[in-house]
Amino acid sequence: MDSKELNSPGYGIPPEMQGAVSITTLDRIYNWGRRSSVWPMMFGLACCAIEMICTAASRYDLSRFGMEVMRPSPRQSDLMLVSGTVTKKMAPTIVRLYNQMPEPKYVIAMGACASGGGPFKEGYNVVSGVDKLIPVDVYIPGCPPTPQALLNGLIKLQEKIDKQSIKQVRWYQKGALEAIPIPLLGPDLIRQQDLPNIKKAAEEA
Amino acid sequence: MYGKGILKGLGVTLKRFADTYLDDIKWLGKRYYTAEGIAHRSSKDARGIFTIQYPEEKLPLPEEFRFIPFLVYDEGENGEKEIRCTSCGICAKVCPPQCIWITRTSDPKTGRPVPAPAEFYIDVDVCMNCGLCAEYCPFDAIKMDHDYELASYDRMATNIFDKERLMKSAAYYAEIRPINNTREEEARKAKEAAKAAKAAARANKAA
Amino acid sequence: MTTPVQPLTLDLAARFPDAVTPDERKGYSGWIVAADKLVEFATALRDEFGYDYLSSVTGVDYLPEEKMEVVYHAYKTTGGPGLVFKVQVPRDKAVVPSLVPVYPGAEFQEREAWDLLGIEFTGHPDLRRILLWEGFAGHPLRKDWQEAYYEAETKPFKSRWPSGEVHRAEEKNPFGANVKYPENFDPEKWVPEGENALYGALAEYEETDETGLKTDHIVINLGPQHPSTHGVFRVAAVLDGETIVSLKPVMGYLHRNHEKIGERNTYLQNMPFTDRLDYLAAMSNNFGYALAVEKLMNVEVPERAEYIRVIMAELTRIQNHLFAIGMFLNDLGAFFTPSLYAIEERELVLDIFEAVSGSRMMCNYFRFGGLTRDLPEGTLEMIRGLAFDRLPRKVDEIDRFLTENEIVRSRCVGQGILTTEEAIKYSAAGPMLRASGVPYDIRRADPYSIYDRFDFDVAVRYNGDIYDRYLIRLDEIRQSLRIVQQAVEQIPEGPIQTGKPQYQVRVPAGEAYGRVEGPKGELGFYVVSNGKPNPWRYHVRAPSFINLTAFGPMCTGLKVADIVAVLGSIDIVLGETDR
Repeated sequence: MDSKELNSPGYGIPPEMQGAVSITTLDRIYNWGRRSSVWPMMFGLACCAIEMICTAASRYDLSRFGMEVMRPSPRQSDLMLVSGTVTKKMAPTIVRLYNQMPEPKYVIAMGACASGGGPFKEGYNVVSGVDKLIPVDVYIPGCPPTPQALLNGLIKLQEKIDKQSIKQVRWYQKGALEAIPIPLLGPDLIRQQDLPNIKKAAEEA
Repeated sequence: MYGKGILKGLGVTLKRFADTYLDDIKWLGKRYYTAEGIAHRSSKDARGIFTIQYPEEKLPLPEEFRFIPFLVYDEGENGEKEIRCTSCGICAKVCPPQCIWITRTSDPKTGRPVPAPAEFYIDVDVCMNCGLCAEYCPFDAIKMDHDYELASYDRMATNIFDKERLMKSAAYYAEIRPINNTREEEARKAKEAAKAAKAAARANKAA
Repeated sequence: MTTPVQPLTLDLAARFPDAVTPDERKGYSGWIVAADKLVEFATALRDEFGYDYLSSVTGVDYLPEEKMEVVYHAYKTTGGPGLVFKVQVPRDKAVVPSLVPVYPGAEFQEREAWDLLGIEFTGHPDLRRILLWEGFAGHPLRKDWQEAYYEAETKPFKSRWPSGEVHRAEEKNPFGANVKYPENFDPEKWVPEGENALYGALAEYEETDETGLKTDHIVINLGPQHPSTHGVFRVAAVLDGETIVSLKPVMGYLHRNHEKIGERNTYLQNMPFTDRLDYLAAMSNNFGYALAVEKLMNVEVPERAEYIRVIMAELTRIQNHLFAIGMFLNDLGAFFTPSLYAIEERELVLDIFEAVSGSRMMCNYFRFGGLTRDLPEGTLEMIRGLAFDRLPRKVDEIDRFLTENEIVRSRCVGQGILTTEEAIKYSAAGPMLRASGVPYDIRRADPYSIYDRFDFDVAVRYNGDIYDRYLIRLDEIRQSLRIVQQAVEQIPEGPIQTGKPQYQVRVPAGEAYGRVEGPKGELGFYVVSNGKPNPWRYHVRAPSFINLTAFGPMCTGLKVADIVAVLGSIDIVLGETDR
């Protein structure tokens, strides 16, 4: 959203006031501020993380989008770029990191592995997509997505932020936001929400 | 002397900074948003700023660049889409993560297979962009696309590509891979000519 | 080129009567050693015959014969071909004496064999799971173990064609996810194993100093989410104040089941998967795998293809080392500026890979007996421009920028020392071994492809500290540039593939171990074929993984902040460490 768009809220400005005032809506300012300072978490999982580093480096330069401030701590970041294969051994950590991020928070599944398991989907230690664990906002296909494809995904995320309204966003609703229960490492990965199912399956067997 | 290393380091950084402006002056504003400018900034002579201003300018993709596969169709005389694929299944067999599903068409009367796929699916969330399908397709029917701007909000709805979504015209293929296309066209023509010559020879013999 | 052959003078069967017999299966080589004589045999091998370097240890599950086999590859650090020896034990009672007392480099590899194949090593100091977690059900590389999404024993799967029923694998799983549980698994009665095994393996520490002040045992964990661990890697360390008393790397957070998938794939289908091992050096991985399968198939590679292979492998080494240096400086605290400069040069090399193979990182460029395609027009010029003009300049600039910097020197010189003996003992490979004063480079010691034609020096440094491991990477970039320069001058015209390109290659039964000098060290592929379209066993000797064996001993006595510096100087890639 450039400044021209930002300053055209859809209200007519009387001719005598033009040049003296500018009108915008709160949503526009709010979203403009948020979309221009999406701080990703410095969190690399696999091959895609290398492309993520390249995107942050000088050739593609994430700072043009206000996203160069990669935070090593989840507590300071707005965006989790899941860049690579999500394994079962890593799953509890990913959910814990997600829970530690403050709202507003976004998740991008970068690459085939993070989206749906990718070429390693059949593997016994691979989670079929990070959306089985945490909600995802944007999916970027590719194996790995080139830095330009990643930038395209980030622009998509900015578009999504643009469409949000301060009145409806989940973090200003009443009531506390619930944390996602952390999966357990048993004989296989156990998602706590699946526990009743597992119990039932065991009884049937 | 203490601090020498730091000064030296700052010198290297300063040189990079100055190089940007030297090159800017040399190129007089043509360094950005022009094809030559981008080519220069990606060449061995690049100095100073190295950034490609995506999305306003994009890096030129080399011909062999591969992303998701697509199916090539030829434009028929009346504008109908004649898909090249014969559903032979080689791509599905060679695919390392097994992300291609093909349903073969059968003739409803005879029940014999017809050389065209009824359904063709690629799960983009499994595809590893390796290009083996395109490499081993004997009919030049499946090729690797250059389009990488595929980000979406909902993978369940969009990320299994069906036949409609996968089909792209031969003209598009010729545009993204001109050299390959010319080579393949020639090979096809040579093959057809050889076939015709053989048929003619057989006809002669019979006569 | 065949699998390591023994010199004719070496008659081990005569030296160890009743204990050692030559392996006479068709396509196999080496010696079969009786399990109870293994340690004695290995000690003699190391001390009498000079095979001081144990390169690879792995297991093979011969399900039809009801046997479990452990395969060892040993080499001499003075060069020359290696020696293969094997131990066979019954499958249901797979117990083998551990070789860690003789070759400490076997430690992690034996743990891996225990984890994935369930082979127990008696006398191993710390036999725990390494890639999976404690409590995981089963040993997944056993041939009768099936994963949750199991569809068929081998690819291609029948369900894809001719009546493709498109589905996502999770739609067919009762839990809608990639999970399965043992029968009668009751989650309410289940007790998590936790991580007591890991913490129990660390040294106990408690001391009282002369004033009576008690210092306590403190455990810290670094990772798996930490900016300096180069991915999802974890370190558990016991501290005395700030000093490290004991340290264990914890891995498996990126264990993507490469070998299980690889045994299901056809030979060709494995090629793109190898790209994703060490994802910074796809071309080298392709090279190693192609070499192993070509040994089995016994095919020749055309001249031009060999030259292109060497050029690509050396460019890979250059870009890998650039990235390694950049990230290493990140770890030292010089956040991002050196990396930016290094990545800039790397991008130009990646442009070449993209033009040649179609992808920046996942090249999938090598084929058995050749290459996918010839170099596109203009690529050779690009390579020339980089090799003769730009990269030598830029490497000198990076050298000027960093090498004499006081902070780099004071963080690195004399820190994290790995002595020559230790480096050999722990089976360290590549730059790590050579920075400790062992001039062992497979390109020289056991030349493959056409490396014997080029004039280059094996880079060696003698102090074995972090600084030398940084310097040796600069040296190696310069040597690689020399090789590329010679190769682009000499490259002949000609075909790039022997025979017609085939998607279903015929591989005769047998075993082969193909190894190359990858940027991280010795990258080996051990492939067993039973004549079918899919390999029976496919194992990767991953340098990043085995180099970590020395990580704990190297860090002992250093401060906490040095962990990341040492790790950065080892240069690991998690895709390869965990596979």
